[in-house]
Amino acid sequence: MDPKTKDLWVFVETKEDGSARNVGIELLNPGKELAAKQGGKLVAVVIGNNVQAAVDDAAKHGADQVIVIEGPEYQMFSTDAYATALVAAVEKYGPTAMLVGASVNGRDFAPRVSARLQTGLTADCTSLGIDEETGCIAWTRPAFGGNLMATILCKTARPQIGTVRPGVFKKAEEEAPHAEIIKEDIHVAAADIRTELVRKIQEGAEEVVDLEGADIIVSGGRGVGNAEGFAPLQELCDLLGATLGCSRAAVDAGWISHAHQVGQTGKTVAPKLYVACGISGAIQHRAGMAGSDVIVAINKDADAPIFEVATYGIVGDLKEIVPLLTEEVKKLKA
Amino acid sequence: MNILVCAKQVPDTTEIKIDPVTNTLIRDGVPAILNPYDGYALEAAARLKDKDPEVKIVVVTMGPEAAKAVSKECLAIAADKAYLVSGRSFAGSDTLATSYILYNAVKEIEKVEGKFDFIFCGKQAIDGDTAQVGPEMAEWLGYGQITNGLECEMNGDKLEVLKEGADGNLVLSIKAPAVVTFTKPSFDPRFPTIKRKMAANKAVIEVLGDGFNPDMDDAKIGLKGSPTFVRKSFTPPVAAGGEILKAETPEDVVKLLVGKLTESHVI
Repeated sequence: MDPKTKDLWVFVETKEDGSARNVGIELLNPGKELAAKQGGKLVAVVIGNNVQAAVDDAAKHGADQVIVIEGPEYQMFSTDAYATALVAAVEKYGPTAMLVGASVNGRDFAPRVSARLQTGLTADCTSLGIDEETGCIAWTRPAFGGNLMATILCKTARPQIGTVRPGVFKKAEEEAPHAEIIKEDIHVAAADIRTELVRKIQEGAEEVVDLEGADIIVSGGRGVGNAEGFAPLQELCDLLGATLGCSRAAVDAGWISHAHQVGQTGKTVAPKLYVACGISGAIQHRAGMAGSDVIVAINKDADAPIFEVATYGIVGDLKEIVPLLTEEVKKLKA
Repeated sequence: MNILVCAKQVPDTTEIKIDPVTNTLIRDGVPAILNPYDGYALEAAARLKDKDPEVKIVVVTMGPEAAKAVSKECLAIAADKAYLVSGRSFAGSDTLATSYILYNAVKEIEKVEGKFDFIFCGKQAIDGDTAQVGPEMAEWLGYGQITNGLECEMNGDKLEVLKEGADGNLVLSIKAPAVVTFTKPSFDPRFPTIKRKMAANKAVIEVLGDGFNPDMDDAKIGLKGSPTFVRKSFTPPVAAGGEILKAETPEDVVKLLVGKLTESHVI
């Protein structure tokens, strides 16, 4: 389709309580710069039910306009309802580009939206810019397990769409809201939603691991040795108010669930402090945590690549170092 | 019940190294494997067949002639029949063009195998990591979808899929026809038996070549049919590395670390 505006849209995903998921608010930050460079408005599109909290959040983080699509059918995410609603809004307003958080749901429905609009979609971007020559959005993303970065353009089809990893961009500082709020009356019939919720897995409740929102993450890898080996790391986590993470090696060994995994096939994180214990630092892991403010690496192998990204490294056995660290932190908190 | 599994041949990205001199990918000698996520999709189909022997599993692979190795691997593991979509005109396709070609392949294969109730895909391929081809193919087909599946079972006329959600796992159900993509489950996929391996080696893989479907729009395939293109690719910059803390004893080195972290108000 032809763009009707130079506006840049950011899809703001909501939780079932109507608040915004972090990634949508994060994306308003790079979105602002991209919108300015393209000479258009920064528009947040909020879909959900009773989403005032998310609308306020978007308005405080730089949106010039907030398009709100509300209804009970959007309370719980469904591919069909969300794709239909977003496509309807895009067709009405014609933005030139759109950023979608590369969350579980974002990556589920963005390809439906782009295919329905017959336009290009770039997955899981970690850097955004403008291509000087064409003026297109330059979408940069890892491929080949993080071994290669590719910059992708969507030259003529519009809107240009990309999903962007959570945790890559920081939220902008809050400001006095100036956004124009537009309520769009778009609804999807229940019969057009082809999936049905059978049940939520309750025992999974304790498995909801909020790595992306964590200020501190203590993470373990192959060097942890076995499932029990994570107990001292958990103890350090409890003391620091940290979240327990891990590398793929630990998940593959069956020591810890995938919900804790950081890296290319896990979560991308950017906490204030990331403590990597017994993690060699394969490029796939580094792709998920290299954006952390301070990285501490503890590893027996002085040549482990994790030390390349570490702010502070300790060459030593985590089984000795981690309990000592816990003791020191205890003294600090006493 | 008729299930189509989409399986891609990929380089084993855990084996890829960067040439330290030219700073480019070393692809030579990197083993080509069945995309692990597609293996999980095949296992999910095989488990449905375990419960209901009437289930037929057909595998479709898109890629060069050499990708027949993956077709044969799938036949050895659980599939009943395999097709390869392979042609020069398909080269350079991005995810939208690829999904359009696969959509046409589905329609073509259905002429022989009958209509597919479910199409299972890996959630993503480990080389491109886009996770887009499954949902985009579902869109071309006009089918519903469930992504990030872990395991599934039939319940009446619906397929119930345990899947990873944004806030923990959940079970969604969907009626046929539908596309389901799979991620890593808690169990390992089965291995082929020797007998199945030998049979697979002898099996004929049907090839769908250039122009296999006369209704396919040439303007929608290959480079010209792809809205996106790669402007440039580069290897990620190597970080310089930080400070290795050293002291006489482990106790002292930990004290040094905690000192640094408190000084900078990290803890």
